[in-house]
Amino acid sequence: MKRFTLALLVLVVVAGASLLVGVGHLSWSALVSPTPDERAVQVLVVSRIPRLLAVLLVGTSLGVAGLIMQMLARNRFVEPATAGTAESASLGMLAATALAPQLPVLAKMGIAALFALAGTALFLLILQRIPLRSVLVVPLVGIVLGGIIDSVTTFFAHRMELLQSVNAWTTGDFSTVLRGRYELLWVTLGLTCLAYVAADRFTVAGMGESFTTNLGLRYRRIVVLGLVIVSMVTAMVVVTVGMIPFLGLIVPNVVSLVMGDNARRSIPWVALGGAGFVLVCDLLGRVVRFPYEIPGATLAGILGSLLFLHLLLRRNARVG
Amino acid sequence: MIEAKNVTKRYGQTVVVDDVTLQLPVGGITSIIGPNGAGKSTLLSMMSRVLPMSSGTVRVDGLDVTTTPGDVLARRLAILRQDNPLTARLTVRELVTFGRYPHSKGRPTVKDREHVEQAIRHMGLDALAERFLDELSGGQRQRAFVAMVLCQDTDYVLLDEPLNGLDLKHAVSMMKHLRHAADALQKSVVVVLHDINFASCYSNHLIAMRDGKVAFQGRPADIMRPEVLRAVYELDISIQRIDGDFIATHYR
Ligand SMILES: Nc1ncnc2c1ncn2[C@@H]1O[C@H](COP(=O)(O)OP(=O)(O)OP(=O)(O)O)[C@@H](O)[C@H]1O
Ligand SMILES: [Mg+2]
Repeated sequence: MKRFTLALLVLVVVAGASLLVGVGHLSWSALVSPTPDERAVQVLVVSRIPRLLAVLLVGTSLGVAGLIMQMLARNRFVEPATAGTAESASLGMLAATALAPQLPVLAKMGIAALFALAGTALFLLILQRIPLRSVLVVPLVGIVLGGIIDSVTTFFAHRMELLQSVNAWTTGDFSTVLRGRYELLWVTLGLTCLAYVAADRFTVAGMGESFTTNLGLRYRRIVVLGLVIVSMVTAMVVVTVGMIPFLGLIVPNVVSLVMGDNARRSIPWVALGGAGFVLVCDLLGRVVRFPYEIPGATLAGILGSLLFLHLLLRRNARVG
Repeated sequence: MIEAKNVTKRYGQTVVVDDVTLQLPVGGITSIIGPNGAGKSTLLSMMSRVLPMSSGTVRVDGLDVTTTPGDVLARRLAILRQDNPLTARLTVRELVTFGRYPHSKGRPTVKDREHVEQAIRHMGLDALAERFLDELSGGQRQRAFVAMVLCQDTDYVLLDEPLNGLDLKHAVSMMKHLRHAADALQKSVVVVLHDINFASCYSNHLIAMRDGKVAFQGRPADIMRPEVLRAVYELDISIQRIDGDFIATHYR
């Protein structure tokens, strides 16, 4: 508990500092003085604070979504970006944009979530059918499935000249976040809280179907609940800022190494860690080539793949 | 009472449990013995509704296991499977606490915690309670799962090879504990055992399975006979009476 408070404090400080980083110059003194600089306040309220909130919400919810995916697939190497979930959500968005462009964003998001749900369910069904000779087969199946869905998306997007939109959905970038364009993400906070409420169920489901049945719980229901949470979170992230790769993989794995898989204990840490990871990626993206920006997703890809390789080698060392 | 009626399990064309009708006695220890592949685990799993049957019915205290709500059954019957999942990194105490889930629904009370500590103590896991499952030896892990099942505190306790991987001392102490649960706490314990001498010394009732059928059943004195064991195991086994127990010798 103490460690968690400390970690939360660090996150708050870094988050506060991140508000001051950007092309337009800002300083606390200009903001908190008795006669605050109008323009500075404007920048803060319209751009910086929404951006920070989007970063935190995306990090928290994608981290927890990754954790749930890992429990449902009973495999450490899956997350929404390696299970066809994100690709399906993009396809859903494309379908909605092409076939019903007049729909409000919320409805399009709903369609994307349905596609994500179907894609992830398909992934889990495939897993039930194939013999799993190695733990690595599971993410490979997901990546192949994602690749197939992605190529369908690209094909149609190319025809309809929507490649640029698709790119925005698949590459998470917070530079476009403004007040009025990210608020959908607040729903993910609700979903994260729902995941926390159902934490024990997910832990039990992570021990397998008969374990779950023995304890009097309905395995199917837990899987459906998990799928709904994961799909909705992914769809919302894809629609608002775009997918952040590796986040749902790295953060839950690191937390699991340190404190195990009891979701009641680990969800708060995964949420915090996810927020921290995206915050760092977004901050780095803003300062590395100042005044230009590198998308957060690109940095997450680089940092994430390095960390992931490290985890993979470490795990193998433990097993072999 | 657990009653199985015409219970059958088929995988494609192969029948692995063949029309078994069986009443398990209330109270005491019932041991299921038999060669590999006889269908012991399959039958136990179907009786505890973790494996669907191809046909037949199983009732626990008159409740049909396929239609009774899962949480009602989970407070009456607990099952330890032969192979336990090792996917989630839980500590021993966390795992055992999940045994209370049917009663506490995730909010363990003081009484639930007492059950947990008691189960941990009975299985000799005090020193290991904070260890993760993947940091235990095979036998220690087995004891942790048994502790969880005992913690569920159900009238019927079904254990598939609980002695799997246990050393002599822990095997004896586990059987003594099951005996205590049956005698003092009036539990009905059903165990699958490969060590027929443990089965003989600790059980009230023996069920011998072969080729998906119940081949023989009865008191240890009825089953621990060379001709019966020969029919079950295809092995010449001689029986000695030692201190009132029937002991099989089959090492040579
Ligand atoms: N999923 C399955 N598909 C096909 N056959 C199966 C399956 N599971 C079990 N079997 C077969 O069913 C038979 C009974 O298996 P079961 O696990 O019940 O045996 P058992 O008596 O518990 O044996 P052991 O002493 O080795 O544990 C075996 O011949 C096994 O090969
Ligand atoms: Mg078996």
